[in-house]
Amino acid sequence: MIKQVLELLFGADPELRQIIGVTLRMSVMSTLISALIGIPWGVAMGANQFKGKAILSRITNTLMGLPPVVAGLIVFLVLSRSGPLGKLSLLYSVPAMVIAQVVLISPIIAGMTANIVSLRAPSINETCAGIGINGWKRLWLTIKECRIPFVTSVLAGFGRSIAEVGAVQMVGGNIQFKTRVMTTAIMMQTNMGRFELAVALGIVLLIISFIVNSLVHRIQEQTLRDRTA
Amino acid sequence: MKRFALVVLCVGLLLSAAACKQEPVNKVIQMSTTTSVNDSGLMAYLQPVFEKDSGYTLEITSAGTGAAIEKGRTGDADILLVHSKSQEETFIGEGFDETRIPFMYNFFVIVGPADDPAGVAGKATAAEAFQAILDSGSLFISRGDNSGTHSKEKAIWASINVDPTGQAWYESTGSGMGATLTVADEKQAYTISDKATFLAHENSLSLLLEETDDMKNTYSVIAISPKRFADTNAAGAQAFIDWLKTDTARKMIAEFGVAKYGEALFFNMD
Repeated sequence: MIKQVLELLFGADPELRQIIGVTLRMSVMSTLISALIGIPWGVAMGANQFKGKAILSRITNTLMGLPPVVAGLIVFLVLSRSGPLGKLSLLYSVPAMVIAQVVLISPIIAGMTANIVSLRAPSINETCAGIGINGWKRLWLTIKECRIPFVTSVLAGFGRSIAEVGAVQMVGGNIQFKTRVMTTAIMMQTNMGRFELAVALGIVLLIISFIVNSLVHRIQEQTLRDRTA
Repeated sequence: MKRFALVVLCVGLLLSAAACKQEPVNKVIQMSTTTSVNDSGLMAYLQPVFEKDSGYTLEITSAGTGAAIEKGRTGDADILLVHSKSQEETFIGEGFDETRIPFMYNFFVIVGPADDPAGVAGKATAAEAFQAILDSGSLFISRGDNSGTHSKEKAIWASINVDPTGQAWYESTGSGMGATLTVADEKQAYTISDKATFLAHENSLSLLLEETDDMKNTYSVIAISPKRFADTNAAGAQAFIDWLKTDTARKMIAEFGVAKYGEALFFNMD
């Protein structure tokens, strides 16, 4: 079994490569879109005091813990042929999986961003008031000031995206050469009692998680050093 | 008086020991079966009667035939109830003196969109129907999960010398029958299903072809040999096989589904 796993990992198994390719394409796309939604959402929430902030932050926190199968179910019902967006024929495609993941990940990025920003907002706001800038310019400055810890929240989103299985199985359908990703392939291969490909994919997933975590760790250390310096 | 009490006690103990001997030693039978048998409700219907008749308890897990047979290899089952002749023969060919006992059958069905763009309805064989689907360029959804239904599907493609893997008109879900029917319904595509699961599944697809000779679906039981795993419940497995041959079991199988669907879902082998 070990020999077969190594052959799969280092050989030129086209299906393994294709599955990894689809997975990365899906995760990168979902993370980018989620960052575009989640960062402004989080900054707006963290940097400002406004009416309804408490309820918005409670909703965001709830969505951060949204069970993937619930996100999958909602997106499935919306994209289904009998659903409101059925005409688009998006179900069982990579874009459908990206939509479900954006529903899952953008609240996570927003929540983490809001936490980062709320710690720094007072000093940034003071500076802005001092030099007389506000509105969109102040938002832009906040994003610029917090860009390094934001990378951490985006990478956390990516980690969630690549490891998620319930929602992508429901809206992607695990279709070979099309929507089959690492997690759904591992589940399927295990159900079929074929463990070699499952173990090989598991190793690849672990390696990617390790790289992402190392990046997060380095960024955190870097910011800590910057602050103490 | 004391002595009499002692004698009564001894006799009582002996009797209860003898009574215990009548009961099976290992009362739990682990059965690994295929989704079509379990999800159709057949096992849930047979189980209580078998348990009452035999004194055994059945613990049933269900998966596609490939995975169901794998549980026999890993020692996680005492008996298999599956439906893929080729995979069963590979399994018993591993040399543990096991036998494949076919005991019931039904037919696969080809289902697809109601307007049937490929003209599958009325074809004489599944092979002709698959050729028609291929010629019309319609989408076909495959289980792709090494199940009995998937084996049958592959055998039909092979019979018309077609290798559908990776073709644009062919999508493989790697999932169970229910999930595959959902995909076929959403995409208004063709697929092959066992009849029981198709009837139990809610979808807008139409049953287009059934009961052709090349879509016969035979279910067998295989008792796992103690030569494979010493602590397998061979006596329990044999008790289930014997029970399947009784008039009670045969009558139950023949009547299953008649009340709900107006027709039998499984037929006994002669």
